[in-house]
Amino acid sequence: MFEVPVLADLNLGVTLPSVFLALYATVLLAVDIFIPSEHKIRTAWLALAGIVVSFVLNLMTYNTVDSAFFGMFTADPFSAFLNIISLVTAFISILLSVDYLKRAGIERGEFYPLILFTTTGIMFMGHANDLIVIFVGLELLSIPLYVMAALRYPDLKSEESGIKYFILGAFASAFFVYGSALIYGATGTTNLPEIFQSVSVITATEGNSSMMILLMGAGLAIVGLGFKVAAVPFHMWTPDVYEGAPTPVTAFMSVGAKIGGFAALLRILIVGLPMLVILDGQTTAAWQQTIALIAAATLIIGNLVAIAQTNIKRMLAYSSIAHAGYVLMAIAAAGTLGIGDKAAQSAVVYLMSYMFTNLGAFAVALAIEKNDGTGTNISDFVGLGKSKPALALMMTVFMLSLTGIPLTSGFIGKWMVFQATMESGLVGLAIVGVVTSVASAFYYVRIIVNMFLKDGEGDPAAGATQYVNWAVYVSFAGTVLLGIFPFLMLNLANPITLAVIAP
Amino acid sequence: MALDTFAPITALLVISVLVTFIILVISRIFGPHRPTTRKRAPYESGMKPIGPAVRRLPIKFYLIAVLFILFDIEVIFFLPWAVVFRDLGIYGLITMGVFLFILTVGLLYEWKSGALEWE
Repeated sequence: MFEVPVLADLNLGVTLPSVFLALYATVLLAVDIFIPSEHKIRTAWLALAGIVVSFVLNLMTYNTVDSAFFGMFTADPFSAFLNIISLVTAFISILLSVDYLKRAGIERGEFYPLILFTTTGIMFMGHANDLIVIFVGLELLSIPLYVMAALRYPDLKSEESGIKYFILGAFASAFFVYGSALIYGATGTTNLPEIFQSVSVITATEGNSSMMILLMGAGLAIVGLGFKVAAVPFHMWTPDVYEGAPTPVTAFMSVGAKIGGFAALLRILIVGLPMLVILDGQTTAAWQQTIALIAAATLIIGNLVAIAQTNIKRMLAYSSIAHAGYVLMAIAAAGTLGIGDKAAQSAVVYLMSYMFTNLGAFAVALAIEKNDGTGTNISDFVGLGKSKPALALMMTVFMLSLTGIPLTSGFIGKWMVFQATMESGLVGLAIVGVVTSVASAFYYVRIIVNMFLKDGEGDPAAGATQYVNWAVYVSFAGTVLLGIFPFLMLNLANPITLAVIAP
Repeated sequence: MALDTFAPITALLVISVLVTFIILVISRIFGPHRPTTRKRAPYESGMKPIGPAVRRLPIKFYLIAVLFILFDIEVIFFLPWAVVFRDLGIYGLITMGVFLFILTVGLLYEWKSGALEWE
């Protein structure tokens, strides 16, 4: 008969940061009902407190390497590093939302538990050691985002954004599940280390018919996750959804959803399928060329189309597509045997630097947005250097960091990624990365030009309330500190090892 | 070869198709056959199957459906748990407690936000 497990088998200790946040969000949802609607700021404070507790728990368990829930859940420096990024993202997004929701007239207490639920989903995707957990995390990440994107109803753009994201997101989830089912069909397991072993066996025997199923499964999983991170053939939804969603939600989505998607991609490809080679003895995985192609297309289209945008939210949407391309470069590099760990480190370092910079850019965009959701054009930045010099200066740093200028965190991230790509032998891809990176300066610098060099009244930046200012300060501090003292995050990323040694 | 394990599923697929086919053929041959317009229309839970796709629906019914699903799932999980309750012991009790807690928060939320009031 089925042997009944005892509670100690679950090993709940190592799951503490994410499971605590999930439970906290559930309780907060119940507590929020009893908070009167004019004091919803208390819910925000409670949500921030929960994030801080989870952050501390995460730091306490940073160096543990252990698994829980019968091997479905794993805690290692990789997941702990991603937890740091996702928790800081949630923290800054809540700071951005507090006043924004009020002045847009869409203040709902449920917003904050929803952010916490999404964060839990992201954390679960980083912790996942099993395709099922990745799927649960993916849904937990997506469903609250669908709701939050449409939060600004009856505004038509926000409704469109929610519906578009929902329908396309559901499709992407279906792709991912189908891919997982095929991988399960080929290997007989959903556990990633076991998939790794099974794949080694399959590739060792020539003409194995499971190979075809495995390739299709891996392809479909890449499609499903590629949608979540907005990689190029699957990026069509991004500008519309980002433009329509309320700005703090867009800021959260542009970082959070990507962290989750990349975490799952790295886990599946580096832990599960590094040995997926067409012929035995090859040193590059079969998916390397695919990912490299996707990365190149993402870089080119993201950066080129961003030049043509006139709306700051659409421009940042295309810029976020382009930045997904740089992380994909790192993932493509992981396809060469032996540098999987280095590639994973560069990917997470890139994500951390991108997180601070992008949230800061969205925070400034949010500060000059009007109450009715207008004022998000790039021309609205004209004269900001006169009316709000400090804000304009920090926006300049964010734009330079997104371009990848030295002394900003964006440079460190790009440097790590290019290094990993060169080491893996994908020289062509690295060249595409450098060239598009230069091209991206065009649209980032245009904002700086608008703020300082063009004559204009200058926006009073009514949205720059105290909370938003704090969010900008935190992002600014992160961008500059990590740019000047990169060892702060490189040391954190150093112990990350993803590649499993076959036991 | 991993595909061998799917043989029972293939058998199930074939058998279910066959059974459906046989039932349809038998009722076609032996059953009385008196079609009317109503009978020939596709069955859609009592709603008129043909008409404009956009129509007004009271949102209350949707809420009731969601509530129904909430308790339906609860019963589906509770019944097998109750059958093997003694075997699962304290482990089962605690996992079920977590499940019940999440459901209760959902119910509390619905109740306080007024979803249970009909008018």
